[in-house]
Amino acid sequence: MRIDLNQVANWIAPGSRILDLGCGDGSLLQSLAATKQVEGYGLEIDPGHISACIARGVNVIEQDLDRGLANFADKSFDTVVMAQAIQTMHFPHRVLADMLRVGKECIVTFPNFGHWKARWHLALHGRMPVSDLLPYEWYDTPNIHFCTFKDFEVLCRELDITILHRQVVTERPRARLLAQWRPNLFGETAIYHLTANGGE
Amino acid sequence: MGLVQPQTLHCDQPLLLANGRQLDGYDLVFETYGQLNRDKTNAVLICHALSGNHHAAGFHTAEDQKPGWWDNYIGPGKPIDTDHFFVVSPNNIGGCHGSTGPRSINPQTGKPWGADFPNLRVRDWVETQVFLADHLGIEQWAAVIGGSLGGMQAMRWALEYPGRLRHCVAIASAMKLTAQNIAFNETARQAILSDPHFFDGDYAARDSYPKKGLSVARMIGHITYLSDDGMGQKFGRELRSGSFERGTDEPVEFEVESYLRHQGDAFSQRFDANTYLLMTKALDYFDLAREYDNDPIAAFRHARCRFLVIAFTTDWRFSPLRSREIVDALIGANRAVSYAEIDSHFGHDAFLIPNRRYSDVFRRYMLNICRESP
Repeated sequence: MRIDLNQVANWIAPGSRILDLGCGDGSLLQSLAATKQVEGYGLEIDPGHISACIARGVNVIEQDLDRGLANFADKSFDTVVMAQAIQTMHFPHRVLADMLRVGKECIVTFPNFGHWKARWHLALHGRMPVSDLLPYEWYDTPNIHFCTFKDFEVLCRELDITILHRQVVTERPRARLLAQWRPNLFGETAIYHLTANGGE
Repeated sequence: MGLVQPQTLHCDQPLLLANGRQLDGYDLVFETYGQLNRDKTNAVLICHALSGNHHAAGFHTAEDQKPGWWDNYIGPGKPIDTDHFFVVSPNNIGGCHGSTGPRSINPQTGKPWGADFPNLRVRDWVETQVFLADHLGIEQWAAVIGGSLGGMQAMRWALEYPGRLRHCVAIASAMKLTAQNIAFNETARQAILSDPHFFDGDYAARDSYPKKGLSVARMIGHITYLSDDGMGQKFGRELRSGSFERGTDEPVEFEVESYLRHQGDAFSQRFDANTYLLMTKALDYFDLAREYDNDPIAAFRHARCRFLVIAFTTDWRFSPLRSREIVDALIGANRAVSYAEIDSHFGHDAFLIPNRRYSDVFRRYMLNICRESP
């Protein structure tokens, strides 16, 4: 499992009810069902991913997240997860607000656009970064709303969201210390554990 | 699937119907495909739609032009794989293909039932299917599967006999019809009722048949089972005969006109007008949650099985929105469900037609059922 998904699992209580937005091939839900006896659903739009979920026996609902979560009741899930998908949304702030309406807690992971490699690429070449972490050209990418850790935290403040935990992930162990020192410069992936202010 | 044989099961226990009337006994015609395993855990029930019957797969004779109505999806190596599953496919009572219906003889009068055959609801069919399951020794279906009106039966099973199925597959279905959908049914019924050969449903006794009315009813239905797009691609404005040349008064016939008339004609020969009225009424009356305080979430809380719901993008008779309502209610009731919305330009008929993604989703879901232990 991807390193960010391992961390996600740490913040999920056994037996809880999970909604996984952009659930991919369903591996997170499957592993959480096996290790933490969670119940839940994944939302996806990619036919290949939907088929993969069904093959794993993971509940998957074909639903376009850009059209919102209006069909889900307030606080109807313990945790709403969105791993590496918020940067692909048309309106990340609306999705985030909706997630916090539907879930008692939320976990969001995304790639850090403030990582030094991205900054270096833009500063040196004057072009949008293309790297092993961000492998798409600007004109043909699912990632339409990049942000940095700082950007995300500003949005959380504006939406009155409490950050319960933040974990910064790096691929190589050597970068870990640097990321602890300057997360917005050296962190590759952010994992945020959130709840709405005034929530439970 | 090869050659298949229908069987007939007679029930001599009275069946109390949802409308309060009673059928003293009835025949149920059904087909089976594949082998029932020793523990009887691999049985799958197929519920047919408005104009379907028990002949879902294979051929009756080597000379048959067409296989059963769901042969694309039932058979060895197909999504409902008869190498794994024992498939049971009955003809619903009220039908016109062997099970007791308006064409059968009413034992009390010695004449065909005709219009006097009792109105049926989806739950009545489920009761007869329970009798069939008992007869076959099937305590619990691995899955109950149906498209359209068949999906309604599958969902009714899930609510009324929760312990007797492990999976419910509802394809291109709905928890209840919309006003527009009922309106189409009523227009079709009026076509039959206004045919002078209908004789208030007693046409059989008078050696008559409302062929024209039934044909028009089918034409109306058929239009709603296709999509604008699909009809455009299949027929466009192609002419079957005549031309638009100036100065000619030749009558023009569009391909789509001739196609619809042919469909109507063929259908009126193989179907029964009273059955058509009965089936469309059963569709109209179906309301999954009516007896659960009109609360679909409360209704689905009675279900114990897992669900697969499938809809098709251009289906406007049973639109994806109706399937989404099913899915949302199931999520509200905290029931296991997966949902796929399949791209197809075949409208409502898409559930019968080969489609790569539909097949893939269906096959994977069914394979999982094989793998799990009951």
